[in-house]
Amino acid sequence: MAVTDPERQAPSLVTGEKHHGRTMHLTLRVWRQAGPDSEGRFADYDVPGISEDMSFLEMLDVVNERLASDGEEPITFDHDCREGICGTCSLMINGRAHGPERGTATCQLHMRKFGDGDTIVVEPWRAEGFPIIRDLMVDRSTLDRIVEAGGFITVSPGSAPDANLVPVPKVVADASMDAAACIQCGACVAACPNSAANLFTAAKVAHLNLLPQGEPQRYQRVESMVDTMEQFFGSCTNHGECEEACPKEISIDFIATMNKDYLRAKIKNRRYLSRNP
Amino acid sequence: MAPSLDAKIPEGPIEDKWDAHKFSVKLVNPNNKRKFDIIVVGTGLAGGAAAATLGGLGYNVKVFTFHDSPRRAHSIAAQGGINAAKNYHNDGDSVYRLFYDTVKGGDYRSREANVYRLAQVSNNIIDQCTAQGVPFAREYGGLLDNRSFGGAQVSRTFYARGQTGQQLLLGAYQALAEQIAKGTVTLYNRSEMLDVVTVDGRAAGIVVRDLLTGEVSSHSAHAVVLATGGYSNVFFLSTNAMACNATAIWRAHRQGALFANPCYTQIHPTCIPSSDEYQSKLTLMSESLRNDGRIWVPAKAHDPRPPSEIPEAERDYFLERKYPSFGNLVPRDVASRNAKAMIDQEKGVGPLGNGVYLDFSASVDRLGRNVVEERYGNLFEMYDRITGEDPYGSPMRIYPAPHYTMGGLWVDYNLETTIPGLYCLGEANFSDHGANRLGASALMQGLADGYFVLPQTIGDGIAPLLGTKPVDTHHEAFRLAEAAVRDRYAGYLAIGGTRSADWFHRELGKIMWDHCGMERNRPGLEKAISEIPALYEEFKKDLRVLGNDASVNQALERAGRVDDFFQLGLLMCEDALHREESCGGHFRSEHQTPEGEAERDDDRFAYVGAWEHTGEMAPGRLHREDLVFENVKLTQRSYK
Repeated sequence: MAVTDPERQAPSLVTGEKHHGRTMHLTLRVWRQAGPDSEGRFADYDVPGISEDMSFLEMLDVVNERLASDGEEPITFDHDCREGICGTCSLMINGRAHGPERGTATCQLHMRKFGDGDTIVVEPWRAEGFPIIRDLMVDRSTLDRIVEAGGFITVSPGSAPDANLVPVPKVVADASMDAAACIQCGACVAACPNSAANLFTAAKVAHLNLLPQGEPQRYQRVESMVDTMEQFFGSCTNHGECEEACPKEISIDFIATMNKDYLRAKIKNRRYLSRNP
Repeated sequence: MAPSLDAKIPEGPIEDKWDAHKFSVKLVNPNNKRKFDIIVVGTGLAGGAAAATLGGLGYNVKVFTFHDSPRRAHSIAAQGGINAAKNYHNDGDSVYRLFYDTVKGGDYRSREANVYRLAQVSNNIIDQCTAQGVPFAREYGGLLDNRSFGGAQVSRTFYARGQTGQQLLLGAYQALAEQIAKGTVTLYNRSEMLDVVTVDGRAAGIVVRDLLTGEVSSHSAHAVVLATGGYSNVFFLSTNAMACNATAIWRAHRQGALFANPCYTQIHPTCIPSSDEYQSKLTLMSESLRNDGRIWVPAKAHDPRPPSEIPEAERDYFLERKYPSFGNLVPRDVASRNAKAMIDQEKGVGPLGNGVYLDFSASVDRLGRNVVEERYGNLFEMYDRITGEDPYGSPMRIYPAPHYTMGGLWVDYNLETTIPGLYCLGEANFSDHGANRLGASALMQGLADGYFVLPQTIGDGIAPLLGTKPVDTHHEAFRLAEAAVRDRYAGYLAIGGTRSADWFHRELGKIMWDHCGMERNRPGLEKAISEIPALYEEFKKDLRVLGNDASVNQALERAGRVDDFFQLGLLMCEDALHREESCGGHFRSEHQTPEGEAERDDDRFAYVGAWEHTGEMAPGRLHREDLVFENVKLTQRSYK
């Protein structure tokens, strides 16, 4: 039977006999916090036998298996697709959102980017708009509120015209796609000294406002989204840390696009209001 | 044998069935829609689109996801594209051809009427998504670009770089966000559905667990819609996200919904081979790579040379050699099985000898690096990040991995399961792909079900309920279901054994991969059927979950999912054992042609095998839906 067959025992979690690259011995300093209202603290863990081919999250899986074997509760962290596309993973790694590699989400970060003997500090996103739930898990639903405020194009299924009716210049479609690549992970907020969500909001505004399909709701959209954003997040003062941290390398130029549309919206929307009091 | 299941396929010529059906179904008056409550579980393409559309129509919708945001569902990871029969490229495509290709690609194990409808609404999907702001790739003239995709000889695939699933999901998510803001849809995030409740044989609601507080609660409605995705994670290593699971559909199955064709699983040919024992998942490289990449292995076994030092004459481009007409674009099952054959002949490449090459050098020479980068840039970057190797410099290494499950809850033409009032959409149902799904068809089906099919068909089921209230959640049936869920989760915590749920999951996955994976046979399946219950017993005695049930406990969440994977895994093996033929992704080594191709047995197995639950780990009872082919002539697939 499977369980008693020595060939089928659990893969060794300590020495990693089957990997092919380097093995590292690390110290992890991890933020542990039992609940939203509990006091948090750093805990240090001695972590030998980590293969350089592991992803950062696979390394945390190994640490969690070891913690559980020692009767200690595993570290809670958000993650899902592990392909850098769902935006569920987060983590401040050595003070940088998603760690040291540019344009890379934590789940795509591999241990070969670290050195043997390193101490790695792992913290949750820290921003007022992202309250901590437990350990490294935070609540990012404020970003959903911003999208709900106007990050959509209204179209009932069945009412759309033929898709080729409205040509969209390739450069416009490409720019829209550049903005739409945002994975809503919140790294921009976590990296910002003001905890501003301008890059996130601007990316969604630009994705839709650049397209002819987004034109009818353009000014309502930007005003409503920006006003909602300001309820939860700080103000942008052009530090540019967000662009640096963004795993999809979304350009802060989109913030300028959003600001321009917002200014025009403030004028246009007032005019509409005065016409339809 | 029980009588054939009634799929409620409308009468008439196939071209007219859907229109005729839309005319004949009962309608709910626009002013009455707000009097109906509908629960949607899952917020991927199918669930997100359905919830948004139902909310837009005026129904009261409650939508549940275990993610923090509806936009995280694994539909987001689909890379390659979405098919539609637009024929924008004037290369002979049509609704009929898309229908025909899908039935043929499914190896004649799907229901004609459903597939035809899918092909019909495919064009509406592209219109809808474009209007929603999905930034599909465009040509310089500003019109939509298409590419050809695995298994198709026309260019019918629409795409948004390598992130088509993400962009389509954002379209559905944004439509859902609009309805949430309007108040027609109420979102319950970080809430996992753990049971379906039936009252008087009809779906009355669901029981969910709040993943932050552990609180178990009930919700009732006039209808329940499950759109909870596939079950490839039964193999532990798959291309699915870590949290993808079968619990929602499995629990519905236990309540009486038949589970159709559980053994039909798709192994995707182009994944990055695993690098070590710690691997937590396998990463897919879009199948679109096969358009411009050439697959090869060294002609002789155990060739130690790096790829650049192996001359053309000593390379075996095995797909081009065996299938001159389709070459590298043969369907996924054919590509996967051939890669496995090469590795079985010890021609595999890479440090573990577990890959085959996917080589872009010829395309870079022909098209230029810029064009290749434009088409696949993000995929190349992803490969580099994971493996530390640059695919512009040396060929990629790829290997097959479990990717998609064609099986799922049995549904009729209305997408209703065998439990009245319970509907199932997207990958979670069995309906449209037969024994094998063609590339770029999953996104199409999810959105077809969600935007265009269910919103039309659900009225037929609920219209007669006008004036009735949903069952009170204090009803005995809800109370008992909640108590059972609490006991189940308290039970996992109480075992106090020595092994984690992940450990058991990994072990189960090995059994499934070895015996119910790319190639199956009687002795292997019988071995699996004896091993799985034994391992399951061990799970129930030796599981260890720390912590408690009143706060975030990810290990506890996993325990529940693994529990259900055990039960489903056993059913998959039973189904694979009973199906004494090869078809699509189900390859029984006893049933192959002299050339090593899948050998169907249409006389005995041209039916949907739908299983009834008879008790925990007890053998299921088989029901059949005989498949009638009036429009497509059954032939042996040939991609030579």
